[in-house]
Amino acid sequence: MSDVTGTGDEVVIHLNHVGKHYVRGGEIVPVLADIHFDILRGDFLALMGPSGSGKSTLLNLIAGLDQPSSGQVIIDGVDIGELDDTALADWRAANIGFIFQFYNLMPVLSALENVELPLQLTNLPARERRERALTALELVGLGDRVKHYPSELSGGQLQRVAIARAIVSDPTLLVADEPTGDLDRKSGEEVLALMQRLNETLGKTIIMVTHDQKAADAAHAVRHLEKGELSALVINQR
Amino acid sequence: MLALILRCALRNPLRHRLRTTLTVAGIVVAILAFGLLRTVVSAWYAGADAASDKRLITRNAISLAFSMPLAYAERIRGVEGVTGVSWANWFGGIYIDARNFFPQSAVDAETYFSLYPEFVLPEEQLTAFRRDRRGAVAGAKLAARYGWKVGDVIPIKGTIYPGNYEFVLRGIYHGARSSTDENQFLFQWEFLNERIKQLSMARVNQIGVFLVGIDEPSHAAAVSKRIDETFRNSLAETLTETEKAFQLSFVAMTGTIVNAIQLVSYVIILIIMAVMANTMAMSARERTREYATLKALGFRGWVVASLIYAESMAIALVAGGIGIAATGPAARFVGSKLDAIFPIFNVSPGTIQQQWAAALVIGITSALIPARRAVRVKIIDGLRQVL
Repeated sequence: MSDVTGTGDEVVIHLNHVGKHYVRGGEIVPVLADIHFDILRGDFLALMGPSGSGKSTLLNLIAGLDQPSSGQVIIDGVDIGELDDTALADWRAANIGFIFQFYNLMPVLSALENVELPLQLTNLPARERRERALTALELVGLGDRVKHYPSELSGGQLQRVAIARAIVSDPTLLVADEPTGDLDRKSGEEVLALMQRLNETLGKTIIMVTHDQKAADAAHAVRHLEKGELSALVINQR
Repeated sequence: MLALILRCALRNPLRHRLRTTLTVAGIVVAILAFGLLRTVVSAWYAGADAASDKRLITRNAISLAFSMPLAYAERIRGVEGVTGVSWANWFGGIYIDARNFFPQSAVDAETYFSLYPEFVLPEEQLTAFRRDRRGAVAGAKLAARYGWKVGDVIPIKGTIYPGNYEFVLRGIYHGARSSTDENQFLFQWEFLNERIKQLSMARVNQIGVFLVGIDEPSHAAAVSKRIDETFRNSLAETLTETEKAFQLSFVAMTGTIVNAIQLVSYVIILIIMAVMANTMAMSARERTREYATLKALGFRGWVVASLIYAESMAIALVAGGIGIAATGPAARFVGSKLDAIFPIFNVSPGTIQQQWAAALVIGITSALIPARRAVRVKIIDGLRQVL
């Protein structure tokens, strides 16, 4: 299964016949089978499918959190299966922005400190780190919440802080795992609108796993996963 | 990065205030108890530590219970390397009640204080003591304990030397150093000798120990040997040793108790180590997803481990600091209750160092397993963690 999605002309993600299985109790449990497709820079792709279909596994492979059992995951020309743990950690820090369903913010750090986290891995001086984190928070509309701790923010605000953290280091790719799954309708719509804005105005490439059709409608295109196999691409009309 | 680690180390313990408070309280008590027990051990050795290396003790070679003739004093004085000789007899009397224990010795008034310059006695009090056959000198702590003043009459009932004795306090000495024993009660050996004449002529002019001043500490072994050879094959052969060795021989008699106290002090640290390790294990387990997130963002395993170590160290060192700060006042309180047994009950710098070391060990070892687990957990497993 191979095709190209998106509006750009430069391939940023190339999945080359990727397969993934786990071994449980001595038995091989297949999760993904022969996944083969490309994503262009600036695309916004939604991955949908029932629970256990393998969509989160696929997202983890693309994000460099897991290694494929077969095939290659090539991001921006780098076969991430060839990287050892240390190199992979450095690669993730430079190339991937994560948006999790439950935000995964550090409760003991303020919004500003949370957003600044990925920049701790760079050589930027403290003042520039702070300025960039402030800019990212202002971009997501939370310039007035910089000193607030996660316990003092609403669900929607937490997810926006998480998005600010994901974009602060200007990564190649944003991966979002059920970003609206823990939010009410209004907050969910705000987060999706923000992601669309990041995609359209900043040209961020986004891959989003979701159960929610409304969330999927915010993407350029949708792919369905069923029992580890990928369906044809569905282009959204926006 | 260091600032981030320190920030998290100081804030993370406050997430479960009750748990942290209880853990800190446990460590404070453990470090305090450890410090007090180490101080008890130090107090046991205080006499030996305070001993002068320019003094020897000569006693009967058979046992301390056997005496030596007074005539030995002149012969010891003639031994090469000896600069001064004095003597003392252990009295062991009862002041009002047997519970009021304090060391009492009959000493030679003319020579004793020149051999013990650490017992600082005003000149006029020393003169008064020497002039009065019933005169006595008490240490400042002992005098304070019973409210004695110079001129007071102190009745003591003899046990080794039966009878009722009345002494007149002629002086109160102070220690030249904080380690000097200020609980001694000293009176004139001549007075005791006169009383003995009324009890048993066989015990007249008999000495418990000779106190021998020497010219050089390095000559101690040679002078000891010369003294003992002087009395070889005599009726009362002698055993001469340094004052420190003499004191340590008393400690050795209670060696098992000292060992038991030392063992208990280490067991306390082991127990609190287990409690603290449990706290850190629970904390780290609850934060598995946070650590996985950090690793997903690109932080290395050592950063995650550092967060756990720093938090563990912060708790242990803060609690250790409180425990150490409390040890001084607690030791003063305990010391005031036990001053009859332990005249010197000071928290030594060595004990404080050991307390800091114990706190450090608690902090490090408690973080070992949680940190190892956090580093090893796979990111995707950690992110799935639901508590």
